Amino acid sequence: MINWNYLWESFVNQMFRLGGYKTVLEGLQNTLIIALGGFVIGLLLGILLAVMQLLPDNKATSILKNASKLYVGLFRGTPLVVQLLVGWYVIKPILGITQASALLWGLVIFGLNSGAYMSEIIRGGILSVDKGQMEAGRSLGFNYAQTMLKIIMPQAIKNCLPSIGNELIAIIKETSVAGFVSVTDLQVAFKLQNTVYNPIICYLALAVVYIILVLIFTVLIKTMEKRLMKNER
Amino acid sequence: MRDNTIKNATQKTIISVKNLHKSFGKLNVLRGVDIDINKGDVVAVIGPSGCGKSTFLRCLNLLETPTTGSILLDDTYIFKNERAYLKQQMKDLLALKKANAFDENAKEQYEQLKTRFDELKKEEKQIDKAAAKNINLHRQKIGMVFQQFNLFPHLTVMKNITLAPIKLKGVPKEIAEEKALQLLKKIGLEDKANAYPSTLSGGQKQRIAIVRALAMEPDVMLFDEPTSALDPEMVGEVLNVMTELANEGMTMVVVTHEMGFAKEVASRVIFIDEGVIKEENSPEEFFTNPKNERLKDFLSKVL
Ligand SMILES: Nc1ncnc2c1ncn2[C@@H]1O[C@H](COP(=O)(O)OP(=O)(O)O)[C@@H](O)[C@H]1O
Ligand SMILES: [Mg+2]
Repeated sequence: MINWNYLWESFVNQMFRLGGYKTVLEGLQNTLIIALGGFVIGLLLGILLAVMQLLPDNKATSILKNASKLYVGLFRGTPLVVQLLVGWYVIKPILGITQASALLWGLVIFGLNSGAYMSEIIRGGILSVDKGQMEAGRSLGFNYAQTMLKIIMPQAIKNCLPSIGNELIAIIKETSVAGFVSVTDLQVAFKLQNTVYNPIICYLALAVVYIILVLIFTVLIKTMEKRLMKNER
Repeated sequence: MRDNTIKNATQKTIISVKNLHKSFGKLNVLRGVDIDINKGDVVAVIGPSGCGKSTFLRCLNLLETPTTGSILLDDTYIFKNERAYLKQQMKDLLALKKANAFDENAKEQYEQLKTRFDELKKEEKQIDKAAAKNINLHRQKIGMVFQQFNLFPHLTVMKNITLAPIKLKGVPKEIAEEKALQLLKKIGLEDKANAYPSTLSGGQKQRIAIVRALAMEPDVMLFDEPTSALDPEMVGEVLNVMTELANEGMTMVVVTHEMGFAKEVASRVIFIDEGVIKEENSPEEFFTNPKNERLKDFLSKVL
């Protein structure tokens, strides 16, 4: 029999009287930093990779196109945890970077990883824009880059806004493996509350916090989507 | 109908197309198109579906890169590749070797071709370079209107019209907007300035697409079946705008199935078939006295 009363009281005691909430707040902060920072890096990188991959075919662009494909293949072909470990234990020492904090390092790797997935989303978005749009832009005298930036991209991003939102939600959840490179994220923070052998409440609470986070962001994303879609009609 | 005979004699050529070829892989769509488009001309382009009318039009502003031939815009080459013909002749001569018929005469001919080829190659490479650099400036002088309108759905009508003049020509925003309003007024759509394209009818979209191209003050306007995607009741409003434009003296090349427009408004009509211009004439002659058999056949089907 599980003594829920006892478990709950010891959890509350650990969290509030012994100050565990401070660690949890720090974990929440780190999770948000990694998720949002990684998302922004991923979005920008994704746009860059997608545009590279969709450059018009010629000799000069083939290197860029292949580089983009290789990048996406590498990052989609290996688990995120492995990327974190390789980044932290292999790349970091090789590059001799000593001062970068685990948090910053984790954020960058999450961004690099998300960039690969984001590029596929954005590529789909760009391809869904009617090709007459590029022709109309070019026929007015805009060059390829201008047309891409002012005419194609705004439509492409709008087309894949729901998928971009999903990617943000996915990153928030994936941050739970940041502990592999010694970041105190939410998952680690709750694990640390497990001092009196009380995993049941700790991990339930962890799940609840993630659900609340995801719900909040889902609402935020939906509101933003609506705002951006509004001006079409 | 407008009388352009006198005008043409004195007015300059805006676009000059010589021996234009375009293939897509093994499909030879254009096989030697020659035409001069003079200032004030309204050239109606007709021909069976798939004969290369759109390809021809799209070559004029280099949305398609021609295979060989040349295009001059305002006396400047925007495309030139004539060395390919020489290459072919040289190949033909070399083929004589196999037949053991490569005599002194052939050899001399070959040497001449080779010299000419090398000269041309140098010249054309330079033209390529200049054209690649200036293509976006060239395109500013050539307005284009598409069958599918291709308005920018994420921008208001006003932004659709002013985006290019502001960004490309550096026209101040207020001036560009004032001009856009004037143009909108002309087509009776000034109340749509802040609307998004998705709220407009097809006819309204196409008229705005025309205005968007006009806002760049082009020297010539290309129309690719501008009324083919429209419901019948909206064709008239678009043709009216085009007629007015023609009357104001705009140089126009119009691919169309609207024979009425070709008859009434065009100064010249050309019939493209099997990759070449099979017939070119004043509208009157073209429709009442067609000479080419395939044109007669075509007209009997569409009229
Ligand atoms: N980008 C392209 N690639 C391959 N074939 C093409 C392309 N564009 C046009 N074609 C082909 O060239 C021919 C002429 O097309 P088009 O110029 O659109 O004809 P039209 O406008 O007279 O109906 C058609 O057979 C068409 O299938
Ligand atoms: Mg066509």
